[in-house]
Amino acid sequence: MSSETKQILTTDGIPLEISLKKAEKKNKIKAFLLVAPLLVFLFITYVFPIGEMFTRSVDDKMVTNMLPKTFKAMEKWDGKELPPEEVFAGFYSDFKILVENQTQGKLGQRLNKEKNGFNSITKKLLRQIKRKKIDETIGIKEQIMKVHKNWRNVEYWQAIKRTAPPYTFAKYLKGMDMYFAPDGSIAQVDEDRRIHRILWLRTLEIALFVTIFCFLMGYPIAHLLATLPMKYSNLLMICVLLPFWTSLLVRTASWMILLQQQGVVNDFFVMIGLVSDDSRPEMMYNKVGTYVAMTQILLPFMVLPLYSVMKTISPSLMRAGKSLGGTPFVAFWKVYFPLTIPGIGAGCLLVFILAIGYYITPALVGGASGTLISNQIAYHMKTTLDWSFASAMGLMLLSGVLVIYWIYNKLVGVDNIKLG
Amino acid sequence: MGKNPEFVKFDKVDKSYDGKVLVVKDLQLDIAEGEFITMLGPSGSGKTTCLMMLAGFETPTNGEILLDGNIISNIPPHKRGIGMVFQNYALFPHMTVYENLAFPLRVRKVEKDEIDKKVDKALSMVSLNGFESRMPGQLSGGQQQRVAVARALVFDPAVVLMDEPLGALDKNLRESMQYEIKHIHESIGVTVVYVTHDQSEALTMSNRIAVFNDGKVQQLSDPAVLYEKPVNSFVAEFIGENNTFNGEVVDIDKDKCKVKLANSEILANPVSVKSKGEKTTVSLRPERALINPTDKMDNMFTGKIEEVIYHGDHTRVRLNLLGNSEFILKVPNSTSNLELKVSQDIKIGWNSLDARALDPK
Repeated sequence: MSSETKQILTTDGIPLEISLKKAEKKNKIKAFLLVAPLLVFLFITYVFPIGEMFTRSVDDKMVTNMLPKTFKAMEKWDGKELPPEEVFAGFYSDFKILVENQTQGKLGQRLNKEKNGFNSITKKLLRQIKRKKIDETIGIKEQIMKVHKNWRNVEYWQAIKRTAPPYTFAKYLKGMDMYFAPDGSIAQVDEDRRIHRILWLRTLEIALFVTIFCFLMGYPIAHLLATLPMKYSNLLMICVLLPFWTSLLVRTASWMILLQQQGVVNDFFVMIGLVSDDSRPEMMYNKVGTYVAMTQILLPFMVLPLYSVMKTISPSLMRAGKSLGGTPFVAFWKVYFPLTIPGIGAGCLLVFILAIGYYITPALVGGASGTLISNQIAYHMKTTLDWSFASAMGLMLLSGVLVIYWIYNKLVGVDNIKLG
Repeated sequence: MGKNPEFVKFDKVDKSYDGKVLVVKDLQLDIAEGEFITMLGPSGSGKTTCLMMLAGFETPTNGEILLDGNIISNIPPHKRGIGMVFQNYALFPHMTVYENLAFPLRVRKVEKDEIDKKVDKALSMVSLNGFESRMPGQLSGGQQQRVAVARALVFDPAVVLMDEPLGALDKNLRESMQYEIKHIHESIGVTVVYVTHDQSEALTMSNRIAVFNDGKVQQLSDPAVLYEKPVNSFVAEFIGENNTFNGEVVDIDKDKCKVKLANSEILANPVSVKSKGEKTTVSLRPERALINPTDKMDNMFTGKIEEVIYHGDHTRVRLNLLGNSEFILKVPNSTSNLELKVSQDIKIGWNSLDARALDPK
């Protein structure tokens, strides 16, 4: 047809195609400018801190900067026998600079983490230097080796060499209770010192069970919400949301009042004779407390997506299922339940991801056996000030969440999530 | 094989939701086997409630419902074996057309081969072969409707209930679906209980129509009788168009009565008036009043044209006649059309037999 091949012109003679594209481009720029503040915000508050966390978690430049000449000389050393004279000389001149700046203590501490004993042998070397016992005109190697027998031990020099690269993944290994063995391979820490792995598993376990409890409690509530007449469902909705609007701390504190050994729940149990007064069960400062409080706090995140999905399911579908011969259970299981899967997916994912990184509640009611990995992260942030380790564990948590999200996407499909 | 004239029986059924208002009052209704019966009425007249009671989703407050002689009031819906087509189709959106149709068979533990056969047969009945693997969301409204009909029929139920199944379709599709459902009914002879508020749908499809109002069956008869001989003014008003005159009976004998209007008198057919002095509403179908009648008719009056509306196949003329300015005439579109102009005076005539004196409005 001629109309298909002929170019369509606008009234001012420009081909229609071009002027349409122009108009579209303007709209695209406008749309981009509208979301630009959000993008900048996201970058500043999300992408940038995560990048910062990553660099901090792998950063190991301190020794690299302190011993530049040593590492330069070590490049030629094969690392099997004691290093040659140049390495000792380099180390000596690096160390003297540190002594002048009075930062040799930090080096000792850092190297001590790599190999026990560095703290004392650097102090010994410092004393020798202060007493001017070291003659710089003759061979440095012999003199340093005389300071302490460990300076003659090749393992110590190997330990120094291991700290040469400015980046290390040691913190990540530490988060999984592993470390770099002297020969560079990855080794497990002793069984009785594996605290992090227990914490990871416990975090997963608690998040999983909290998700299951939330689902078991939230599903009937959401169903009731979606099917009750408006005036009752509004009241119920407020009951669901009221805790949501209360401060997290207040809610956790009220659980403490309820669950402690002299608390309301225990008093009630004693009153009805369920337990005797001298054997009140511990319901707080352990896993039970964490389960109870976290389930209650995260319940709205399960109820709301479920409710919004159930609201869209026509009641006539259940009726159709029944009228076609399905028992109420079959109608529910074959018709209603599959239609709520998008809501279940959204709710479970939401609750699980929130639970896996939960902090305040386990910190307050968890006690020793109810704390999670996030409490450990906070501990390293605030108490040991090992920020790089905290960053490493934070990133491990984040990648764990991403993995769960990926698995979820494979199993259910993210397109099936319905949040509202 | 004699057909059971009381296949479905509503026996003195009452229904109240709140304990104060009866939405269905003392319903007595017999439905014959293989019949296509329509419950017709305005919304809130209790027709859907009746259907829901029959399906088992509501229980009667009083009275019993019998299916083939058995009381079913205490049988749950899934054991009644009644097929149902819902207003919004209620197809299971997560199942394919095949799975939707197979659902009632699978819950009855029918063999796989048998299911395939039955589904295939049901789909060919609604001419949807080849749509087995489609999801309901990929079908048009009319196709979804057909799947819903096929699903309600696939397990060979004794009774099929249809709750305003064509309400969501556009006019043309609705009309063709009406014929289709009617043909399916004729070919398989299933008992159909159909609920609608659309009177033309009811007239087209049904063997009998039960007109509901105010929780009661106002009239139960076949479409022709319902239209030609409504027993009360509600039915006359609800079915088809209707010209009414309100007046008082001044003279009555066996098949004629004289009704006094504001300033004239007309002759009418006494249907529900018995004696002189009763108030009455006289109902007359628009097509029964003729312009310049050639035959002798016992009611002849002159009216003034107020409005002429062209409708294609016919022209509607609104007149002011005997003090009623809403008097409608339907003039068929034919070659011998009259000149009809506003404010022209024309002569109108009708037989007293067609003017039915009913209960006063």
